[in-house]
Amino acid sequence: MEEKVYTKGKVKSIIANLVIVEIDGPVSQNEICYIKLHGTDLMAEVIKINGNMAYVQVFESTRSLSIDKEVEFTGHMLEVTLGPGLLSRNYDGLQNDLNTMEGIFLKKGEYTKALDESKKWDFKPLLKEGDRVEAGSWLGEVDENHQSHKIMVPFKMQGSYKVKSIEEKGTFTVKDTIAVISDAEGNAFPITMTQNWPVKVPIKVYESKPRPYRLLETGVRTIDTLNPITEGGTGFIPGPFGSGKTVLQHALSKQAEADIVIVAACGERANEVVEIFTEFPELDDPRTGRKLMERTTIIANTSNMPVAAREASVYTAMTIAEYYRQMALKVLLLADSTSRWAQALREMSNRMEELPGPDAYPMDLTAIIASFYARAGYVYLNNDESGSITFIGTVSPAGGNLKEPVTEATKKAARCFYALSQQRADSKRYPAIDPIDSYSKYLEYDEVKKYLNEHIDEKWTDNIETVKDILIRGRETSEQIDILGDDGVPIDYHITYWKSEIIDFVILQQDAFDDIDGSTPIDRQKYMLDKILKICHVDFEFDSFEDTAEYFKRIINELKQMNYSEFESDKFKNHEKQLEKIIEERKVD
Amino acid sequence: METQAFQKIYTRITSITKATCSLKAAGVGYEELAVINGKLAQVVKVIGGEVTLQVFGGTEGIPTNAEVVFHGKPPVLNVSDELSGRFYNSFGHPIDGGPEVEGEEREIGGPTVNPVRRQQPSELIATGIAGIDLNNTLVSGQKIPFFADPDQPYNQVMAMVALRAKADKIILGGMGLTNDDYLFFKNVFDQAGALDRIVSFVNSTEDPPVERLLVPDMALTAAEYFAVDKNQDVLVLLTDMTLYADALAIVSNRMDQIPSKDSMPGSLYSDLARIYEKAVQFPEGGSITIVAVTTLSGGDITHSIPDNTGYITEGQLFLRKDTDIGKVIVDPFRSLSRLKQLVIGKKTREDHPSVMNTAVRLFADASNAKTKLENGFDLTDYDERSLEFAKEYSRKLLAIDVNIDIDEMLDTGWELFNKFFTKAEVGIKEELVKKYWPEEEGFEDKKSEKKETEEEA
Ligand SMILES: Nc1ncnc2c1ncn2[C@@H]1O[C@H](COP(=O)(O)OP(=O)(O)OP(=O)(O)O)[C@@H](O)[C@H]1O
Ligand SMILES: [Mg+2]
Repeated sequence: MEEKVYTKGKVKSIIANLVIVEIDGPVSQNEICYIKLHGTDLMAEVIKINGNMAYVQVFESTRSLSIDKEVEFTGHMLEVTLGPGLLSRNYDGLQNDLNTMEGIFLKKGEYTKALDESKKWDFKPLLKEGDRVEAGSWLGEVDENHQSHKIMVPFKMQGSYKVKSIEEKGTFTVKDTIAVISDAEGNAFPITMTQNWPVKVPIKVYESKPRPYRLLETGVRTIDTLNPITEGGTGFIPGPFGSGKTVLQHALSKQAEADIVIVAACGERANEVVEIFTEFPELDDPRTGRKLMERTTIIANTSNMPVAAREASVYTAMTIAEYYRQMALKVLLLADSTSRWAQALREMSNRMEELPGPDAYPMDLTAIIASFYARAGYVYLNNDESGSITFIGTVSPAGGNLKEPVTEATKKAARCFYALSQQRADSKRYPAIDPIDSYSKYLEYDEVKKYLNEHIDEKWTDNIETVKDILIRGRETSEQIDILGDDGVPIDYHITYWKSEIIDFVILQQDAFDDIDGSTPIDRQKYMLDKILKICHVDFEFDSFEDTAEYFKRIINELKQMNYSEFESDKFKNHEKQLEKIIEERKVD
Repeated sequence: METQAFQKIYTRITSITKATCSLKAAGVGYEELAVINGKLAQVVKVIGGEVTLQVFGGTEGIPTNAEVVFHGKPPVLNVSDELSGRFYNSFGHPIDGGPEVEGEEREIGGPTVNPVRRQQPSELIATGIAGIDLNNTLVSGQKIPFFADPDQPYNQVMAMVALRAKADKIILGGMGLTNDDYLFFKNVFDQAGALDRIVSFVNSTEDPPVERLLVPDMALTAAEYFAVDKNQDVLVLLTDMTLYADALAIVSNRMDQIPSKDSMPGSLYSDLARIYEKAVQFPEGGSITIVAVTTLSGGDITHSIPDNTGYITEGQLFLRKDTDIGKVIVDPFRSLSRLKQLVIGKKTREDHPSVMNTAVRLFADASNAKTKLENGFDLTDYDERSLEFAKEYSRKLLAIDVNIDIDEMLDTGWELFNKFFTKAEVGIKEELVKKYWPEEEGFEDKKSEKKETEEEA
């Protein structure tokens, strides 16, 4: 590529991490620049241009910066490096490899390479000389932690090309040329195993994006059974502090049926990321038996790291997810917490003295959130394969009140709503997802219903309806009992209430820290659901309300013991037998 | 302060507000310190050639021709072992009559620990207070505040925790501390013979409120020196973080920033997180644990300050008065230590998680019974017993004046279970019940005796 001359500038104003730069030439919105401060380069992004003044948000602390310091623009937007070796890595929000950084403390202006450029990969070509290709075409593959990592024609290449030459099987670094492709005019382009892509632009080199229809198993019963999410679906988890958002996301990242998991720790606690760093290299992926870390990439921009980089971190994570989706893989993307991202936007918008929207958030918050969620999805690639990004974000509403801008904006964008309730968390009914307020819009999709009924059980979606009805009736009767007193209502009320408690204790509640109960495969969920619905349809007889609680607690206890036992083991079957006996005690035919 | 050769001096201030002064100055670094008319100030904005300084002591009496001297550097603290046993103001200058500390000059509010260089916290901190050790166990490297109404004895409890915690250093960051409380801390530390391992930074109610914005960073810079350079276990006490946040609001308000909820600045979360996230366990052995105080108004935890704090810290310890026993307790429902999982049943006896959960559940049953009673419904025999249990549990375990070791707390738990409940009602795993259920005659024995005599009759 020809040597380009990039614009230069000088610092003119500093307001925390907002810096105004006087420029001597063209710059573009979102262009990256470096501010020169005593031998350190502070990376920054253009967020507004006014005449010859560029407003840039600095991804570092601006302490000691003074005016007239030089600024160099780069001609490109904030980009990530894509290629084999992204998995098992711990990045900051700007894709710096945290592990290769020096020292205990993060140093201002220290940027590290995203990929190991010396590592040799076993390359295998998938195409041959003369084949037609376009952006995203699979030229070859390498084995990345036992998954096929496709080497693709860079997404930036527009139009159609021909493979001029391609390497045979062999070992290469990410910087080696593995193929040369040429356009109609005969211009040749060398291709390596790595490419760059601007994070704020969606990667869209696919054929189509249909409505998602396949179930994404998460092993979390209250999600899979009651409000399932699909491969390529979107969901969000709002909840007050301490209600279990992070524990739930960690459970999803460990258990979900995904090929690739990308965890964006966005403005949350460092110790929680350390937990992943510590556990994931040790824990087994239940599907493959290999270590969880092998399928995981972590983007850690914790709350004490620069705020502007926090905003970038979710985009960095999404772009890496899109890259893997192009390889026809099932990607699960988790972000904790998207509220911190919104707050980063708010801080910057306030500094720029923009007209504020509700709660001082920027006016276009809803649009920003919506377009981010829209990048998830199930796609058919140009080669008829399919890939998906399922995205689940947490939301941390101020004061736990769901009527606040971030929750409301996200509700418009995400299709699944998993509301964590303070009350459930207080009474240790974990996961604290409120079964009645929460919803999955996917249950309204005919193609999803069809998929569930074909793959799990022909009566599955009907059963879900029944379960929800029982829960609602349970809640209503429990309110009645509270008002009228235990003996102020007919015994039937107590029975109805306790039947809903069975569902609560045995399906909804799940011990995330238990090896067996922690994750439940769908066939086991079906088995237990059938069992419980059968109990719910039995007529029981009691002399007094006092007997109901004791009796149903025994039933619940046996069912819970089943949850804690290996599926279909002797222990499991023994408890099941006990259960049947208890049911017989009070059953009326 | 003496002026030095390289310092730039200006004498023409162009504008003055309640909290800030602006002037034309060149080559000034962002966040640099300056002295205006003898008052310390910090650069908070540079617009073109105009520099805006936030004056910590307020701008009262500053004339437009005041002398402005720039320091050429942001706020610093001299660190060395000499820090120990001394009291300083918000700027790190001694207030105990002793000499200035000699040592290496460090910028306060320094960089962040690389998350991959942290270690997962795993060392239990015992306090003797069962409301903490049993139900909300603390771990080194944790950050946790007391949530308390202003009339609760939070400073006393915090001092107690500090002295029992076996830390190598205790660093007190006092913000808006009353003189009485300042003397209280001084006395208890002195009486415990602990003064030589205490370092205190104090902004009292008599000092200008904006000055206290420097206190946490001063305290944490000292903490990092001892934890990183000396591999020590450091406990940092920050009281009262609500007053710190109030000072943030004062500043942002005077600088005409758009407030978000509860008149707090939109950056409150980041501002608080920057402080609390200094809590860390280093692989080399040093650690920083932060115990803070966030005073509430009328127990309201949805207010921006406790709310943002809750989203940042690893749990909270909620103090309240239990009117049934007339003592202050650590509320088991609203308190939480998120790191307790890392130590309970691992560093403590195997029955710890079960005893903890069961006792809290039974305490919840008692509170349900209480509601029933208040609503005029009849109580069952179980309700009556749970109420009795709650009183003793509160007195023997939750009250803050309890000081016993963890095994004793667990034994007390079993003792109360035996006294008031049957094994089935307690519902703890068979193996543990076999091992720990007390020999003494309990409720279950009495019940079966009664049944037998009835049957005989
Ligand atoms: N499924 C669960 N099983 C058992 N305990 C749980 C579960 N979920 C949450 N908890 C308990 O609740 C605590 C808080 O959970 P978590 O950290 O996930 O909350 P959060 O919603 O992410 O809070 P924040 O918004 O402050 O980050 C955990 O430390 C744990 O003690
Ligand atoms: Mg969380």
